[in-house]
Amino acid sequence: MSAQQPLPPYAEALGIVIDHDEAGEPVLRVEFSPRVQGRPGFLHGGAMSGLMEMAAFAALRAELAARGEASMQLKPVNIQVEFMRGGTEQVTYAKGTVTRAGRRVALVNAEAWQDDRTKPIALAQIKVLLIPAE
Amino acid sequence: MSDEKRHVLPPGTRFDPSLASRVMTRHGHGGWLGLQYHAHGEDWVELALPWREDLVGIDGAGVLASGPIISLMDNATSMSVWTKSGNFVPHATLDLRVDYMRAAKPGNTVIGRGECYKLTRTISFIRGIAHDGDPADPVAHVIGTFMATHGSYR
Repeated sequence: MSAQQPLPPYAEALGIVIDHDEAGEPVLRVEFSPRVQGRPGFLHGGAMSGLMEMAAFAALRAELAARGEASMQLKPVNIQVEFMRGGTEQVTYAKGTVTRAGRRVALVNAEAWQDDRTKPIALAQIKVLLIPAE
Repeated sequence: MSDEKRHVLPPGTRFDPSLASRVMTRHGHGGWLGLQYHAHGEDWVELALPWREDLVGIDGAGVLASGPIISLMDNATSMSVWTKSGNFVPHATLDLRVDYMRAAKPGNTVIGRGECYKLTRTISFIRGIAHDGDPADPVAHVIGTFMATHGSYR
């Protein structure tokens, strides 16, 4: 069973899909296409960030669902992205890891990689405000 | 580093964001997002991101996802570096931090203003805001750095 929820319109439009589930944390994937290309031959940093953000929210949603808080509203507070390698013309993956999800705020790390998982191309740290549904 | 390598533009030509945007906003990720040139000054560039239904994010209700805002600010700040430098040198984003003040209003075009506030030979320091009509009430603040990967900014 998976706690996965549908990805938002932005993810769908960019071609981001759920690749598989890793111990309850979804791994997201985006194929290389002109839609995610920055300078010729390379992945756009913004597309990379968008993918990591979607992975972070998916991981957080899964964690919240597991503790019976699936209806919680999520509001991003900030994101810090470190770009470590240029992404090239190939499939990119991303996975979020919930570092701490309290009652009001959550801190989620996300990582993006291509053909070699031990060599991430970017890292992100995202802070999210948790707002209980009315 | 030879001058030929430093200057991708013809000698004596300064980088012009209004001309460069014609190409840069038509292809790739920026083209898909529909980014448009808005304005520029000596060390800043403004790009526009028109609202679109398929760019909506997590909570639905027509609020733009944050991914497109990051891309808008990445492009606007990147162009502000070349604008201040005058040299169109290849560079890479090292890091970018975005603080989200509030959600962008559904239907509104978001303006991203990127500013390069310091250039060294290799590193450029940038900051910027995104707003949806009133620059005094921003949607987001950003800060970050780029690195010249070949050649130098100055």
